Amino acid sequence: MPRKTMIEAIRDAMDIMMERDDNVVVFGEDVGFFGGVFRCTQGLQAKYGKTRCFDAPISEAGIVGAAIGMAAYGLKPCIEIQFADYVYPAYDQIVSEAARLRYRSNGDFTCPIVVRMPVGGGIFGGQTHSQSPEALFTHVSGLKVVVPSNPHDAKGLLISAIEDPDPVIFLEPKRLYNGPFDGHYDRPVTPWSKHDLGEVPDGHYTVPLGKAIKRREGSKLTILAYGTMVYVAEAAAEEHGIDAEIIDLRTLLPLDLETIVESVSKTGRCVVVHEATLTSGFGAELAALVQEHCFYKLEAPVVRVTGWDTPYPHAQEWDYFPGPVRLGRALVETLEG
Amino acid sequence: MSDDGSPGEFGPLSLHVPEPAVRPGGAPDFSNVELDEAGAIRRPEVDANPEDIRDLAFSIIRVLNRDGAAVGPWAGLLTDDQLIEGLRHMMTLRTFDARMQIAQRQGKTSFYMQHLGEEAVSCAFRKALAPGDMNFPTYRQAGLLIADDYPMVEMMCQIYSNERDPLKGRQLPIMYSSKEHGFFSISGNLATQYIQAVGWAMASAIKHDTKIAAGWIGDGSTAESDFHASLVFASTYKAPIVLNIVNNQWAISTFQGIARGGSGTFAARGLGFGIPALRVDGNDYLAVFAVAKWAIERARRNLGPTLIEYVTYRAGAHSTSDDPSAYRPKTESDAWPLGDPVIRLKNHLIGRGVWSDDRHKQTEAEILDTVVAAQKEAESFGTLHAGGKPSARDMFEGVYEEMPPHLRRQRQQAGV
Repeated sequence: MPRKTMIEAIRDAMDIMMERDDNVVVFGEDVGFFGGVFRCTQGLQAKYGKTRCFDAPISEAGIVGAAIGMAAYGLKPCIEIQFADYVYPAYDQIVSEAARLRYRSNGDFTCPIVVRMPVGGGIFGGQTHSQSPEALFTHVSGLKVVVPSNPHDAKGLLISAIEDPDPVIFLEPKRLYNGPFDGHYDRPVTPWSKHDLGEVPDGHYTVPLGKAIKRREGSKLTILAYGTMVYVAEAAAEEHGIDAEIIDLRTLLPLDLETIVESVSKTGRCVVVHEATLTSGFGAELAALVQEHCFYKLEAPVVRVTGWDTPYPHAQEWDYFPGPVRLGRALVETLEG
Repeated sequence: MSDDGSPGEFGPLSLHVPEPAVRPGGAPDFSNVELDEAGAIRRPEVDANPEDIRDLAFSIIRVLNRDGAAVGPWAGLLTDDQLIEGLRHMMTLRTFDARMQIAQRQGKTSFYMQHLGEEAVSCAFRKALAPGDMNFPTYRQAGLLIADDYPMVEMMCQIYSNERDPLKGRQLPIMYSSKEHGFFSISGNLATQYIQAVGWAMASAIKHDTKIAAGWIGDGSTAESDFHASLVFASTYKAPIVLNIVNNQWAISTFQGIARGGSGTFAARGLGFGIPALRVDGNDYLAVFAVAKWAIERARRNLGPTLIEYVTYRAGAHSTSDDPSAYRPKTESDAWPLGDPVIRLKNHLIGRGVWSDDRHKQTEAEILDTVVAAQKEAESFGTLHAGGKPSARDMFEGVYEEMPPHLRRQRQQAGV
């Protein structure tokens, strides 16, 4: 099976959907002629023409707002916000409009859009190229929120997102674009061509929204992770010889609660890990759900390992990023506690 | 500042905060409103170069003169029957407003917003559109529905949030939605729909369709950043859209000078984006129709966007929650130099010899009967606090196409 980077897989998903459905349009800042600052839309304009894939003015509210209008007409816009850190000018359009259009019009108008945006740190991106704002979207009724962790899922999830009848926030961990990253910043990075999850089938396939997947079977402890943290979790469990079950959530909203409850009920322990800041982060929702549904099975408090409650710093990247050392310590404590 | 802290060569700065000409207690003063004579403003070809018609953003296109006659190059587009129909629409909207205003005071609904004085804008614009075109209205363009014969009972059921409310009680009163009638779902968030209208128009162009979009915004909301985004997108992609600004002088308590700033007119905002802009007497049904038709034709011929500023006056309170006497003279609307759109069209029709005071009174009574009958029917399906209401189950529906598990659990918890 061919191996692809996450960038190639994402591009492949858009290519396939543009081929299959004339109503799929792709636009955003620099996504047209140039093919995107991360090359995710390379070649799409040449193949499908300027009215299917085009450059947009630097106006996030304009990009999302226009996409909502297009969706109301009947198109399926798959748009790009260059960095998740820059989505805030579009927040009103996403929260007040895209998320609520079906509800407030009782289905008279709908909003099948996908808003792609690179997220996450670990790349010396500083304050405005590293953020993980997923909790700002999981708090919004009417949105779906997806975070793939590998090329195979990225393609299948993006196809599902484009086919979905409701607005999907599609967060792409840019640290994973070219290869998996376990937080060991001092070691050489493996490209996706050397990793099994870089195997991406040709053609159309879907990975369903709302379904988590077990990345590692274990019996002593459950780690709930998504995006880059899946690999940090694998490394931490491996290095400490912990029999941990790692669940890659893949979709944060709607959440696959069943898989989570099944795992934590079995292991009795749970560590939640994400890059985003701690307070009111998505981990708080996960911890609350676990205690609500697994209280009598829990043998230790649910622990969260996350970014600190600070803006994402530059020089202190590796003191901020929740790497395998910090996570490993939490795993050992949770297991012994 | 010099080293010792005293102002040096330049005096101290001061902040300019614009004020309306007059406040409560004062005599209304519209001497600053520059009016052009009816018929005085030229009518360019629809394919005119935007650069060549910049002056139209600084004048006011008017058709009806002081004597109620239709004059000049923008006149002559509507038949007697069409004008009588237009008058009926405006009168219907006014009566509808008055009844719903009372219904709110009677506690039958929580909220209402009138169109008093602005009826011509949405009623005339609707008649210039073709089936399939899409409006992206604000909360003050219900004339688009009235003039398209949207069932009044349904509008009232929405206002009452009753068991027949097409929006299942989820929306605040007057936030209508009707795809069938080219009326996009209203949002409480100002200006958001303006850029969505541009997107809709872009979609129509992408699909090589012939439909056009109309965006709507008030004077105050032009200060929102979405207004700016809309003009950039409309200009860049030459979207087939008419960008309407209804300048009714007031944004709740804030006079239009706060949003407009030093710009001569709201229409002038379009010029910086290369968008041709027209300014029109918003209380002149004939002028509104003529200008709308011009802009709609431009869009339909793929010549790109047009901005229209409708100069009018918000004669009523901002909403049922507002008391304008706290911030403007009580008699200000009487002093408004562009008068009342209903009376002006009425006088025009009388002057044409196709209308009379008696017919007007009779029509008023007929419309009242129709509105009261509709109200009775709507109230038979319930009002906000009495009678039939949407199911609590409906609250959980429609968040997504398919209800996800967490919402299903919450619906069970709610016991519905």
